[in-house]
Amino acid sequence: MTTAAAPAGERAAKARPATMAQALGRALRDSMAQDPTVHVLGEDVGTLGGVFRITDGLAKEFGEDRCTDTPLAEAGILGTAVGMAMYGLRPVVEMQFDAFAYPAFEQLISHVAKMRNRTAGAMPLPITVRVPYGGGIGGVEHHSDSSEAYYMATPGLHVVMPATVEDAYGLLRASIASDDPVVFLEPKRLYWSKADWSPEAPVAVEPIGRAVVRRPGRSATLITYGPSLPVCMEAAEAAVEEGWDLEVVDLRSLVPFDDETVAASVRRTGRAVVVHESSGFGGPGGEIAARVTERCFHHLEAPVLRVAGFDIPYPPPMQERHHLPGVDRVLDAVARLQWEAES
Amino acid sequence: MTVQELPGAAAYRPTPPPAWKPLTDPAPLLPDPEPYRVLGTDAVADADPELLLRLYAELVRGRRYNAQATALTKQGRLAVYPSSTGQEACEIAAALVLEERDWLFPSYRDTLAAVARGLDPVEALTLLRGDRHTGYDPREHRIAPLCTPLATQLPHAVGLAHAARLKGDDVVALAMVGDGGTSEGDFHEALNFAAVWQAPVVFLVQNNGFAISVPLAKQTAAPSLAHKAVGYGMPGRLVDGNDAAAVHQVLGEAVERARSGGGPTLVEAVTYRMDAHTNADDATRYRVDSEVEAWRAHDPIQLLERELTGRGLLGDDGIEEARAAAERMAAALRERMNADPVLDPMDLFAHVYAEQTTQLREQAARLRVELEAEQDQHGHDDVEEGR
Repeated sequence: MTTAAAPAGERAAKARPATMAQALGRALRDSMAQDPTVHVLGEDVGTLGGVFRITDGLAKEFGEDRCTDTPLAEAGILGTAVGMAMYGLRPVVEMQFDAFAYPAFEQLISHVAKMRNRTAGAMPLPITVRVPYGGGIGGVEHHSDSSEAYYMATPGLHVVMPATVEDAYGLLRASIASDDPVVFLEPKRLYWSKADWSPEAPVAVEPIGRAVVRRPGRSATLITYGPSLPVCMEAAEAAVEEGWDLEVVDLRSLVPFDDETVAASVRRTGRAVVVHESSGFGGPGGEIAARVTERCFHHLEAPVLRVAGFDIPYPPPMQERHHLPGVDRVLDAVARLQWEAES
Repeated sequence: MTVQELPGAAAYRPTPPPAWKPLTDPAPLLPDPEPYRVLGTDAVADADPELLLRLYAELVRGRRYNAQATALTKQGRLAVYPSSTGQEACEIAAALVLEERDWLFPSYRDTLAAVARGLDPVEALTLLRGDRHTGYDPREHRIAPLCTPLATQLPHAVGLAHAARLKGDDVVALAMVGDGGTSEGDFHEALNFAAVWQAPVVFLVQNNGFAISVPLAKQTAAPSLAHKAVGYGMPGRLVDGNDAAAVHQVLGEAVERARSGGGPTLVEAVTYRMDAHTNADDATRYRVDSEVEAWRAHDPIQLLERELTGRGLLGDDGIEEARAAAERMAAALRERMNADPVLDPMDLFAHVYAEQTTQLREQAARLRVELEAEQDQHGHDDVEEGR
């Protein structure tokens, strides 16, 4: 059926399938259009539009001064962004892949995270560091790391991870508008996930730090974020057959951490599994499990379990399916929630 | 077997590569082999006497500041102090060459440059006293926080200068680093970005001979640190770092070049750290007295004093006046540093984020309870003692 007769405005507002990558690009574009101090910089972000095409068209629309191809040097990209922010700009930097961001760690930890604090509030740094992260796309070594634990261990940084097309837009807008530095982790295997979404229609820009219940349930809570959200949603559907009515909480950010939403859910369900694809040891799951235990001990029917990637360097692509937590591993943990104390 | 004897070697003819040659003639970028000097040369005739007198007064004040700050470490008033005695000419020239709108990016040893730029002498020492990381608003004086990690402030200077130029402001950033800092990756990345972007930045390397204990010969195999500039496509300049007039002139030309759109410059000032790395270091373990004495004969204050007295611009009265002014500064600094800083522990949570997270609010509440308990305990002790 053709809708050619519809007025342009109506046509524009109509929802149609959009990918997370498109939503992210739209968020950058809208931020740049709204605020002339927003500058995008990184490797290949200009002419090429980024290796994932997130920044496609920005250099053409806003000029190379606003969307800049930098020399290939991550510390230099973030370090110069610090100086730009000191002069009143709002830089959004792209680290091409998760593991490529490591050379910039010193700038991130020693300067970006601390500048507000060490100047007693005189010099906040509104920098957004976009990092395509995580596995599941068949990337070779150094292209699939989940580095959120490093970032969340550093006070002064916000750590944000969208899992849906809408959040990709809303959270990136909020991150760029934030007066604090944000490490914005983009789950790259969800870049091509689609939703009916109208970029032209008003989109809610959520404040950073609020978790959301993606699926209400009564018998246990799956606590997750980013690339593991679709896994948990699928697991929750599959668990219905087993008699489990699972609630799924999408954290959306690790820093700030929404204790309230998480604790409220676990108090309702009495059981919880934390699911993420970064390694379990020293990973976010340990922190989350501890927080849940501290707040909900008397409501818990079983220990808080973790389903995480193995404690191994990220495996080669032909083996990564064994490492990444999938639906079966989540369901197995859910089964273990029927916990009985050993004598 | 030689290459010629390889079977089939005679039949191989390499295809010439597509035409390519380096674009820049490196000659204008190369530093002169000798560090540039003004004092005691014909060039001094062009130097402004007013400027020389101002440099002199600031050098004398700076040396006294270093001595006073070092003394304060012995009294436990400063946690540590890295003295810049011997390097005052670099410190002062860096501060005086900048306009008010320009920015200074100092390293941890560059307290003197910050003070000479107008920063309150006590505010400049809070990092080293240990009460606050940065005791001043960087925007107020356009001085970035004293930077402890090596060379990491250099890309900041490049970014700020780049941003200023994008905004149409004719602002220059001057970034200071030591000889050891030139081995860091951030030094390389900063110079590369600056040259590619033609950012209005001046890099001042104070080559004071040692990175803590490691001499320059073990730090680099480059002909000079100024030679590194040519690899990035910017001019390198070598200057006598103890000749205040020369450092001021070379930095002045570099700043002017940057301001007028000519891009960045790398200046290496050859100087010497007369004191140890900090008061906590023992320099006798890695250098000999004769070397220190040789540099003492090339003292920046003496060089300038001889020039000024020789030309009749400075007499005993003038010297006495400069010393008296330095003494007044030291006395005031001593007095103010002897007062205990008043600290609010709740400030620990105040500036981590624009808005405190729930977690930080909870932790702040916990600390408040501890502080109140401490207060009660102290009150109780006082009552006990009063009996």
